[in-house]
Amino acid sequence: MASVEHTDSQGLSGEGGVRRRDFINIAAVSFAGVGAVAVVIPLVDQMNPSADVLALASTEVDLSAIQPGQAIKTTFRSQPLFVRHLTDKEIAEADKVDVSGLRDPQTLEERTVDGKKQWLVTMGVCTHLGCVPLGAGEGENKGEFGGYFCPCHGSSYDTAARIRKGPAPKNLEVPKFAFTSDTAILVG
Amino acid sequence: MSFPWAEHYTPKHPAMQWIDEKLPLPRLVYNAIGAGYPVPRNLNYFWNFGVLAGLALVIQIVTGVIMAMHYGANTLVAFGTVEQTMRDVNAGWLMRYAHANGASFFFIVVYLHIFRGLFYGSYKAPREMVWLLGLVIFLLMMATAFMGYVLPWGQMSYWGAKVITGLFGAIPVVGEPIQTWLLGGFAPGNASLNRFFSLHFLLPFVIAGVIILHIWALHIPGSSNPTGVEVKGPQDTVPFHPYYTAKDGFGVGVFLILFSILLFFAPNYLGHPDNYIEANPLSTPAHIVPEWYFWPFYAILRAFTVDFFFVPAKLLGVLAMFSAILMLFFLPWLDTSPVRSGNYRPTFRKFFWILIIDVLILGYCGGAPAEEPYVMISQIAGAYYFAHFLIILPLISRFERPLPLPGSITESVLNRHNIKGEQDALPGMGADPQPSNAG
Amino acid sequence: MVRIGAFLVGLFFAGWLLISFLVGAVAYVSEPPAKTVEHEFHKHPKEVDFSFNGPLGKFDQAQLQRGFQVYKEVCSACHSLKFVAFRDLQGIGYNEAEVKAIAKQWAIKTPDVDPKTGEMSTREPVPADYFPKPFANNVAAAAANNNAIPPDLSLMTKARHDGSAYVYSLITGYQKQPAELLKHFPDAKTPEGLHYNPYFANLNLAMAPPLTADGQVTYGDGTKASVDQMAKDVAAFLTWTAEPKLENRRRAGLATIVFLLIATALAYMSYQNIWADKKKAA
Repeated sequence: MASVEHTDSQGLSGEGGVRRRDFINIAAVSFAGVGAVAVVIPLVDQMNPSADVLALASTEVDLSAIQPGQAIKTTFRSQPLFVRHLTDKEIAEADKVDVSGLRDPQTLEERTVDGKKQWLVTMGVCTHLGCVPLGAGEGENKGEFGGYFCPCHGSSYDTAARIRKGPAPKNLEVPKFAFTSDTAILVG
Repeated sequence: MSFPWAEHYTPKHPAMQWIDEKLPLPRLVYNAIGAGYPVPRNLNYFWNFGVLAGLALVIQIVTGVIMAMHYGANTLVAFGTVEQTMRDVNAGWLMRYAHANGASFFFIVVYLHIFRGLFYGSYKAPREMVWLLGLVIFLLMMATAFMGYVLPWGQMSYWGAKVITGLFGAIPVVGEPIQTWLLGGFAPGNASLNRFFSLHFLLPFVIAGVIILHIWALHIPGSSNPTGVEVKGPQDTVPFHPYYTAKDGFGVGVFLILFSILLFFAPNYLGHPDNYIEANPLSTPAHIVPEWYFWPFYAILRAFTVDFFFVPAKLLGVLAMFSAILMLFFLPWLDTSPVRSGNYRPTFRKFFWILIIDVLILGYCGGAPAEEPYVMISQIAGAYYFAHFLIILPLISRFERPLPLPGSITESVLNRHNIKGEQDALPGMGADPQPSNAG
Repeated sequence: MVRIGAFLVGLFFAGWLLISFLVGAVAYVSEPPAKTVEHEFHKHPKEVDFSFNGPLGKFDQAQLQRGFQVYKEVCSACHSLKFVAFRDLQGIGYNEAEVKAIAKQWAIKTPDVDPKTGEMSTREPVPADYFPKPFANNVAAAAANNNAIPPDLSLMTKARHDGSAYVYSLITGYQKQPAELLKHFPDAKTPEGLHYNPYFANLNLAMAPPLTADGQVTYGDGTKASVDQMAKDVAAFLTWTAEPKLENRRRAGLATIVFLLIATALAYMSYQNIWADKKKAA
C-alpha cells in the first residue's frame, strides 16, 4: 500500500541530470510494485464464492414422485431449477418442430440425456433478463407453446423449453447433470 | 491548504499542469509529502513512526472493510460469521488475522510516535496544535479498538463491553441511565453490537480526517528534529521527497517484516484464548483483561481501592483513568522549558526514563490478575505517573539547567559526523544519544 | 493557573494512590491473602511433541485421521463440532467419496424439515452439512449431563492457553485427589459427580475420564491405540479443527517474509544511495 507512493521516486533520477538513473532505486521501486500487486490478489479473491457456498454447488433431485406432465421447481446454486417429466404428447410436439427455423436451434435430444428424453432439466431463469418463467407449477400459464412463459416481457418457450416468441435470445439453459440412478439426478 | 513556506510549484508534465490549474491537488501533494516540503536533515528513525501509523490505518481500513463484507452484526450469528470468514472465505483467515494484529501494530507505532514526541518535546510551541490533534486521534483509536474488540462476540468481547460501559455506571446519579443508553439495553445485546459495528466502521474515517488536520497543523511550522533547534535556513533541510520517502520506504519494509512474523507465525499471541469462546452472559471468564494496549490505563483504574470520603473508589478509578489521558492535553503548558529535546535536558531525561519504565510496569500489572502484589505495585506506579506529568515536569522545567544547544541543525550534523554515523543507528539505539557538544 | 491546578490534581491522585497503597500493604502484612487450592495444585499442560509445533511444523495427516476416529467414536457422543463441516474432512486426506460415506453413516442425523409433511425431522448428513450436534439445545445438553454442558470442541485448542497440550494433558491427567491437598484444604474435596484433574482450571471436572482403556478405538493403520496415543491424536485433530488453515498460513508467511527481506534490503540500499551525497557533503 505504502509502496504505491514510492512509484514516483523514479522521478528523482531526472532531476536536472544531477542524479544518474540508478539501478538500485529502480529495483527497490519495482519490488515494492510487485509486492503491492501480490497484496491485491487476496483482496480481490476474498470476494469469490467461499468454500461453504461452493459446497452447495451441486444439487441432488429425486425424480420418483414426478408424474408425466408434472414439473417441480427446486434450486441449483441459489437459482430456480425446473425438472419436467414430459408426456409423450409433449415429446411429439417438441420433435415435430423444424429446428432450422428456431432462434436457438436445438433438438429435444440435444437438450436431454440419451434414453431419458422425458426428463427435461432446465434452469428457471429467462434468458432475456433473468426473471423466473411460469409453467412449472400446477395451473400456471405455460404460454402459447405449452412450455414456459415469462411474464416480465412475454417470452414463450415450447415443451423443450426452447425460445419461440418474445425478446429472449436463447433457450432455457440446460445445466450439467447426470443420472445417479433411474430416479435421481445430480445437477452440477 | 497552504503553508507559510510553500514553494513555487511548476508541474513538469502538461497533464499535471492541466489538473493543477483546475484543482491544485498536485500542488498540495508536492508541498505536503513531495519535494516541496523542506524537512530537517537530521531526523532519526524515530521520525518514521508517523508514516508507519498512517500505513497501519490504511491496513486497518482495507482489511476492516473486507471483514465487514463477511460479518453479520447479530448476536446469534456474529461469532459464527467471523469463524466462517476464517475457514471458508478465500484468504479470510489472512484478513481476520491482519485486522486483529494490525490493531496491535497500530498501537505499537502510535505509542512509539508519542514516545518520540515526549522525549524530543515535539508538543512544545509552535506545535501545540499538532500534539492536541494527535491526542484526539489517540482517543478515537481507543474508542474504535474497544468497539472492534466487541464485534467477534467472544467471551472477552462480551465482558469487555460490559465492564467498560460499567465504568460510566460509576458516575453519580446519571451513571446507570448512561450505561443503559450506551448499551441500548441492560446488558450487551443486539442493540449494542449493531451500534458498535456502525461506529467501528465510521470512526476510522473520522480518524483519517483528524490525521489530515494533524499533518496540516504540522506543516505550518514544519517538522521538529532531534536537536529541537528550529530550522535556520535551507542548508538545514532536505526535500521530503526523495530523502524521507526513501527512508520511510525502508521503515515500511522493517515494519512489514515484524508485522508478518506476528501475523503468520503467532497470530493469536497478543489475543486472549477466552475470545475463542462464544459470548455467554451467564458465565464470566476467570480473568477479564482488555487488549494489551489498554493495560496501563486498566492498571490505573484498578489501583484505586480506597474510598475518598463520600467518593467511592470505583468512581475515583474511572476519573483517574480518564485523567491519565486527558491531562496530556495540558502537557504543552505544564512543561515550560524552552529547550525541546531531551538530549539537552539532563534532569528531564532521567525522569523521562523512569516514566517509561513506570508505564511498562503499569502495563504489566494491568495485564495481570487483580491480586496482590500487582495492585500494590500499580498503586506506586500510578502515583508516579500522575506525579511525573502534573508535579515533577513543571518543577524540572523551572529548575533544570539545560546543556548548551548547537547553533543550528547543520552544526550539530557536522559535529556528529565527525564522531560517527548517528543517522544509521538502529531504532532504539538512537534514543538517548549524547549530544555531540556535551563532551 | 494551569500549573497550580495540575499540581493540586497531581497531588490528589498521587497522594490518594499512595494512601491506598499503605492501606493495602498494611492489610497484606497483617493478614496475608490465603493461598487458594487452585493456586497450589493447578498444573500447566505437559510438554507434548506434536508434528505441528514450532513455526514451520506441519500436521501429520495419518494422526489427524486417527484423531478424527477418536472424536467420532468417543467424543462426538457429547461434544459438538459445530464450525466444522464434513466437506472439511478433505483437508485431512479423505477423498470426496470417503467424505460422503462418513457423512452418510454419521450416528447423529442432521435436523431438517420433512419435505413432504413440513414436520421437524432428521435426515442423513451430506458433505456440505456441519457436524450435527449431539444435543438439540443447551437445556437438553445440561439435562443429560448432570447440569454441565459439554462445550463445543471446534475451537477448543485456541480457547485455552497452550491448547493442544492442554487437551492432551486434560484427557490423560485424571488422578486421585492428592492426600496433601486434602490435608491443607479439607473443604476442597472433589464433590460427588465431579472428577479431580489438576490440568483443569478449578481442578474438578464434570467430564468423566473419556479414554479409559488401551484399544478403546481400533486404528485402521495398525497404530497401537494406547490411551496416551489416542489422547495425543485427538488433541492433534482438535488443533486442526481450530486452525484448519495453519499450514497455508505458515507457507504464505514464509514466502511473504522472504520477499519482504529482499525488498527491505533493496529499500535500505536505495535509501543509502539517495542520502549518499548529503552525508558526504556534511
